[in-house]
Amino acid sequence: MQTQIERFNMTENEKMEAFLARIDRGEKIEADDWMPDDYRNQLVKLISMHGMSEIMGALPEKEWVPKAPTLRRKLAIMAKVQDEMGHGQLLLRVAEDLIAPLGKTREDLMQDLFTGRLKFHNVFHMEAPTWADAGVIGWLVDGAAIITQSMSLDTSYAPYARALHRICAEEKFHAQHGESIVLELAEGTAEQRQMLQEAITRWWPSLLMFFGPPENGNITSNQASNMRYKIRTQTNEELRQVFLKKYLPRIFHLGFTLPDDTIYFDEAEDKWVYQQPDWEAFKQIVKGNGPRSAHRLNLREMSYEETKWVRDAIMSFGRQVG
Amino acid sequence: MGDNVRVENVEQAKQNQEYAQALADLLFQLADDDFILAYRGSEWLGLAPHIEEDVAFSSMSQDMMGHAVMHYQMLEDLGLGKADDLAQLREAGAFRNAILVERKNGAGEYNDNPHYDWAYAIVRSYVYGLYKQVRLESLLQSSYAPLALISRKMLTEHRYHLMHWQVWLKQLANSTKEARQKLETGIARVWEDAGELSSLGQNADNIVRFGLIAGEELLRQRWLANTKDIFQKAGLSWPGEPGVPTERGRLGEHTADLGQALATLSEVYRLDPVAKW
Repeated sequence: MQTQIERFNMTENEKMEAFLARIDRGEKIEADDWMPDDYRNQLVKLISMHGMSEIMGALPEKEWVPKAPTLRRKLAIMAKVQDEMGHGQLLLRVAEDLIAPLGKTREDLMQDLFTGRLKFHNVFHMEAPTWADAGVIGWLVDGAAIITQSMSLDTSYAPYARALHRICAEEKFHAQHGESIVLELAEGTAEQRQMLQEAITRWWPSLLMFFGPPENGNITSNQASNMRYKIRTQTNEELRQVFLKKYLPRIFHLGFTLPDDTIYFDEAEDKWVYQQPDWEAFKQIVKGNGPRSAHRLNLREMSYEETKWVRDAIMSFGRQVG
Repeated sequence: MGDNVRVENVEQAKQNQEYAQALADLLFQLADDDFILAYRGSEWLGLAPHIEEDVAFSSMSQDMMGHAVMHYQMLEDLGLGKADDLAQLREAGAFRNAILVERKNGAGEYNDNPHYDWAYAIVRSYVYGLYKQVRLESLLQSSYAPLALISRKMLTEHRYHLMHWQVWLKQLANSTKEARQKLETGIARVWEDAGELSSLGQNADNIVRFGLIAGEELLRQRWLANTKDIFQKAGLSWPGEPGVPTERGRLGEHTADLGQALATLSEVYRLDPVAKW
């Protein structure tokens, strides 16, 4: 163990070398450990985006919470969306510890969300016009999230790993919740099946986009440094293939189609070959120009501004007592 | 059947038509109060003042919805129809909730420019919760054993809700001038409707005669005494006797707000009530 004084006397280069050696040994980094600015910044970017995506991700499903069709579904979807908010809270707590040394708080993250500096996941910018969309979000969007999050369970940043362990356990229930809604519709009336088919068709490009653009051999500097730091271990395309292998057979087995006539499984390459979604559209969507981006951001910002007096009151009460 | 009656199960209840009718009337009040207020709570999802409260509020709405489901299930057991149909296919005039729980959370719709009032949400939840506490405690002695049993289970959850709202009331009453003003406005609005909560509706005499629950006046006195005590501890002045709304929800008279709530909450189910969802 180094003493504080020894570490104080180390040069920046030596600190960096010691840090990378810890990563290589498979050690986990805690919030109070020394870390390079670059590592901290990558984590802040990743975790605050993940946290805000959980919070913004509650909004498309929120549209269906009061309308869920049976008492059982009403209870289940309320619990599910509450979990998503809870995940957002867990992750923002992790992000808050990382930004504290930079003199920032959750308030800064909220403001970054409103100004568009802090992005949230492409899927949560999209329309969810029917009950079947609520099912597809639970089944396939949460299913996709489990795949990306499971990759990070072994992330080098210990507080993130701990949050993800809990989140993944709950996400599995969510995927079952979504699957249950989907199966009921799939086994239902012609109208119900049609509603589901339309939702699958509608969500298909967004699901492909969920994992980010394919690398085609050119891994971005961000991805490369995240892999070097063992923050993540798989590429976008590798994760997307895991998703396709898991869910496409199920979609086809239920008798539903995808808006891609050319899609096939290449046995030799052991991968699905599919039509690329419009990656220019993807860039626009995550920039905040998706079909529901403005509406959902406005909903979040308006409610946040209109309840400012409540947060002020809590802070004031704390000061009076403390 | 009359005084000191004890009904062990639904089969026994069905043997006396008058008893079953009184029981059903009470169960509709219990179920509809929790169902509609839980619905209003669910509209708040994603809009609460901070994320921690969003999670807590949602959790309490789920508990309430869960309580409503248990009561609707008891009505189904009495042979009054499927629980899902009772919750989602009845017309507004068949609902027996108090007007207080059906009022909108504020201007706008839950997904379209909601200008919701957190002070009103807190006061409504707390004042209703305090009445629910008294009601559940009385139901522990209910002549209908299954109702006494589930009321005990509900009370254990409900106590945490009251603790939660108590913290909010205390904090908002003793913080900024703005919060205090909003809280007092919220209290005044809740007070316009709160007096109806303790009503047991048109079948009140039979409900009480059969020992299903204590009388209206007793429930009301206990509830107001508790509420007065809590207002005093929070440093709030007592607003006096609570008023009653023009429409009497316990008699099946409702505002347009309930119509809006029912249209929304049953929108998907009504696409095909025979289908499985």
